[in-house]
Amino acid sequence: MPRKDITSGNWAVAEAMRQINPDVVAAYPITPSTDIPMKFSEFVADGLVDTNLVTVESEHSAISACLAASVSGARVMTASSANGVALMHEIFPIAASYRAPIVFGLVNRCLGAPINIHCDHGDSMAERDSGWIHIYCEDGQEVYDTMIMAVRIAEHKEVLLPVFVCQDGFITSHCFEPVEFLDDEQVTKFIGERDPLLPLLDVDNPVAYGSLALTDYFFEIKRQQIEAMKHVETAYNDVAAEFARVTGRNYPVVDKYRTEDADYIMVIMSSAAGAAKETVDKLREQGHKVGCLRIRLFRPFPAKAIVDALKGAKGIAVCDRAASLGAPAPLFTEIKGALYDAGVHIPANTYVYGLGGRDFFPHNAEEAFMDLINKKMSTGERYLGLRE
Amino acid sequence: MAVKLKDLITKERAMRQGHRMCPGCGAPTVVQQALLAVDDPIVITAATGCLEVSTTIYPYNSWGVPFLHSAFENAGANVSGIEAAYVALKKKGKVKKDIKFVAFGGDGGTYDIGLQALSGAAERGHDFTYICYNNQGYMNTGAQRSSATPKGANTSTAPAGTVIPGKIQKPKDLTAIMAAHHIPYVAQTTIFNPMEVIEKVKRAIETPGPAFLNILAPCVLFWRLEPSMQREICKLAAETRFWPIYEVIDGEWKLGYKPRKYVPAEEFLKPQGRFRHLLKGDIGKAVIADFQKDIDEEWEYVLKRCGETWEPQA
Ligand SMILES: Cc1ncc(C[n+]2csc(CCOP(=O)(O)OP(=O)(O)O)c2C)c(N)n1
Ligand code: SF4
Ligand SMILES: [Mg+2]
Repeated sequence: MPRKDITSGNWAVAEAMRQINPDVVAAYPITPSTDIPMKFSEFVADGLVDTNLVTVESEHSAISACLAASVSGARVMTASSANGVALMHEIFPIAASYRAPIVFGLVNRCLGAPINIHCDHGDSMAERDSGWIHIYCEDGQEVYDTMIMAVRIAEHKEVLLPVFVCQDGFITSHCFEPVEFLDDEQVTKFIGERDPLLPLLDVDNPVAYGSLALTDYFFEIKRQQIEAMKHVETAYNDVAAEFARVTGRNYPVVDKYRTEDADYIMVIMSSAAGAAKETVDKLREQGHKVGCLRIRLFRPFPAKAIVDALKGAKGIAVCDRAASLGAPAPLFTEIKGALYDAGVHIPANTYVYGLGGRDFFPHNAEEAFMDLINKKMSTGERYLGLRE
Repeated sequence: MAVKLKDLITKERAMRQGHRMCPGCGAPTVVQQALLAVDDPIVITAATGCLEVSTTIYPYNSWGVPFLHSAFENAGANVSGIEAAYVALKKKGKVKKDIKFVAFGGDGGTYDIGLQALSGAAERGHDFTYICYNNQGYMNTGAQRSSATPKGANTSTAPAGTVIPGKIQKPKDLTAIMAAHHIPYVAQTTIFNPMEVIEKVKRAIETPGPAFLNILAPCVLFWRLEPSMQREICKLAAETRFWPIYEVIDGEWKLGYKPRKYVPAEEFLKPQGRFRHLLKGDIGKAVIADFQKDIDEEWEYVLKRCGETWEPQA
């Protein structure tokens, strides 16, 4: 019997990890993701999991140990944020290149300076070209569900890539809300056993990971990763469909909220979609045809699904919880590129909001919607919730 | 325990021919001798460096056993991860064989950038053997100084100039640092007596828990040494007491080699082009005197830790 409980985003990740019962977890504490390894180590201490928990001396070693354990054939998970993620940066593309299906609970926090422990997406956005799959979640339920689905997506034979399951630091990670958990047996059955391809520990069939490949082969090897990324959306959709059959909970690559007939659409990610959706309801009551498109799968970028959702709109507001200093914000750039490729020309405003944990309120969302409704369109940068 | 040469000759090599290290390089000698000591299946991991790049040039590779390289500073973390996976999968019956784990790192990957990962792995007590093939510099990238580079050596980032005579500082004592982790096995040696290396590695691998070996292994190219002098220079390193040979077994220091005669440091320096600038002029003379003083002090320290005395023959 699925049970409902009040829990935080971090504990939801830890609970998913307990039920997944990975072979190896190597992790290092950093706010706001620390609760994940802390809670998980209680499960280890109480004998509730079989996991070999490696309490490493840094995030660089955490991801290095995860990578090594993963190519050895183990099912591997970890968690981190901000500086921890940045310290791991060197190893992320290596893990993707070795096709190591690590599942990573990434709790978004800004990258300093100034030092600040609160949420923005600067940490994971800096890893967007690392070859990992990126999934951004709106709330604790979604984080829990996505951790479980991520195991299957990562280990999918046509994919074999590591996955970041992102949630907003503090806003989601520390917010206690009702989450419905699957039974342990349901999780065990859903994820199955890992059947590793070419594990290092198969000493009778030795393999080498980590060759030197120069101008003659490097390009072709990268091309294979690009191809693997192309298989992700199908694998994702298959896994999500199966998950929906088990739980009744649907997680398409993009979450369309009242977008079908909408003239004006806000494009946003993660927890801020809550305020956006609330504002959509309010403005709908006032007779404005508005909607919200939340991007869940960010890498690979589901361009077709996004264009399909946006193409009927008269104007869009793309909200980024990250800045690309010296260039347009990352989500905005991607959305524009997708629309351009599809030959769809919709006026689009770009907004940066919420850096360093600055709250995103419904009135911030309303401000952006009113720009669209009042045809205040321009290509210049705009901010929501910033004191000028 | 004792290793017989007869048994070793027919043994299959874990590292095969065809690698592209320089003729005379000490690193492959370390690997060949070390791996002759292992009877169980092994998995190797290596830090970025000459050994790794020269043995894994895609689509070829010289390793007859499973091999993982991922970066420069994380061999300690990689071997931790492999061992952690092994422990977990063995418990579940998914891995059946007994497997040993050996990590190789150069001095750069061990003394410097990889020290933290190695220290962490040692503290956590994973069951592995870490071998530093120590050629006293960042050779793969063109002979830059490392914290293992000896005083006075001419390197590409501490060059011998008209004012500064090469590297100014003496190396850190990594072997003692690893011994201070109080792990069950630590050794320092070099490669002029294969049986001695093989026996030490065998002991390291058979010891449960972390084991560390610091093996001096010449880079003939950047030590500016005749390739045929690999064994001779290692012997001189031991005879001049520049490189004391010892083990630390469960905290007990044990001296492995006592030179019969006093041999001055110059004998070790002379054959190597990297010290050539010291052999002329007053500055060089002063550096060599200092070099000798460091040797004498370090040797006294090792003797004391081993509870030994030394009376060289005249
Ligand atoms: C993080 C990082 N910094 C620098 C390098 C460049 N690099 C590669 S190998 C190397 C030196 C290796 O020296 P050592 O560990 O002593 O091995 P050797 O080549 O001497 O055998 C350096 C500096 C790198 N690969 N990664
Ligand atoms: S450069 Fe030096 S360390 Fe590298 S292969 Fe040649 S001799 Fe060996
Ligand atoms: Mg070196």
